[in-house]
Amino acid sequence: MRELNSVKLEFPAKSNNESFARSAVACFAAQLDPTVDELGDLKAAVSEAVTNAVVHGYPEKMGKICVRCRILKENVLEVLVKDWGRGIENIELARTPAYTTGGSDRSGMGFTIMESFTDSVKIRSKPGKGTAVLMRKKLGCR
Amino acid sequence: MGTVMREKNGKLRISVSGEVDHHRARDTMEQIEEAVERTLPRECILDLRDVTFMDSSGIALILKTHRRMNEIGGRVLVENVPGQAMRVLEASAIDRIISIKANT
Repeated sequence: MRELNSVKLEFPAKSNNESFARSAVACFAAQLDPTVDELGDLKAAVSEAVTNAVVHGYPEKMGKICVRCRILKENVLEVLVKDWGRGIENIELARTPAYTTGGSDRSGMGFTIMESFTDSVKIRSKPGKGTAVLMRKKLGCR
Repeated sequence: MGTVMREKNGKLRISVSGEVDHHRARDTMEQIEEAVERTLPRECILDLRDVTFMDSSGIALILKTHRRMNEIGGRVLVENVPGQAMRVLEASAIDRIISIKANT
């Protein structure tokens, strides 16, 4: 699909970059004139994907996370969150609401939030190689 | 994210402010657990009025506080939830087990 604009961020999987990543994506998305609710939903979805990469992608060793945003036609924003970490054994199980391998500090609602707050979520993963989460959301719907 | 705690007549009011995400949730949870153990309240009120952003880390925070309060025979109430945080809580259907009130 033809892109009208794009930006790529790369940062180490440190938890203090979660806030940076969702804010940066929201700033980039501003050119699509989103509503306040849309922007809040987008930030939450990006926060979940990046937090997953930090918590589950790199549980022991530090690695890098890449966030690529593209603006597609008809005011659609696409966000790709990619890591080169541990990967997901069973994607269907990981998408199940309230399922988590993160203990009581995590709610297991990350993918549910991503799915609720965007129009589509695609997950590709290979254990030991990494995970890619691709989200699309139409913005500026008034 | 900051937290202010006040205890009066068995009610522990915890005011959370700023962004509630994975990076900051653990410290806040430790502060809440410490305050609950110290005051053993009948009710714990999580006041989210000054929360500017919340993701699913906030759901875990509320559920964990709910479990702690259950253990001592008390309950948790979540109050003054701003719009963005409310959308996250609604998506999780947490309001089926915990009393959640929006910011009015």
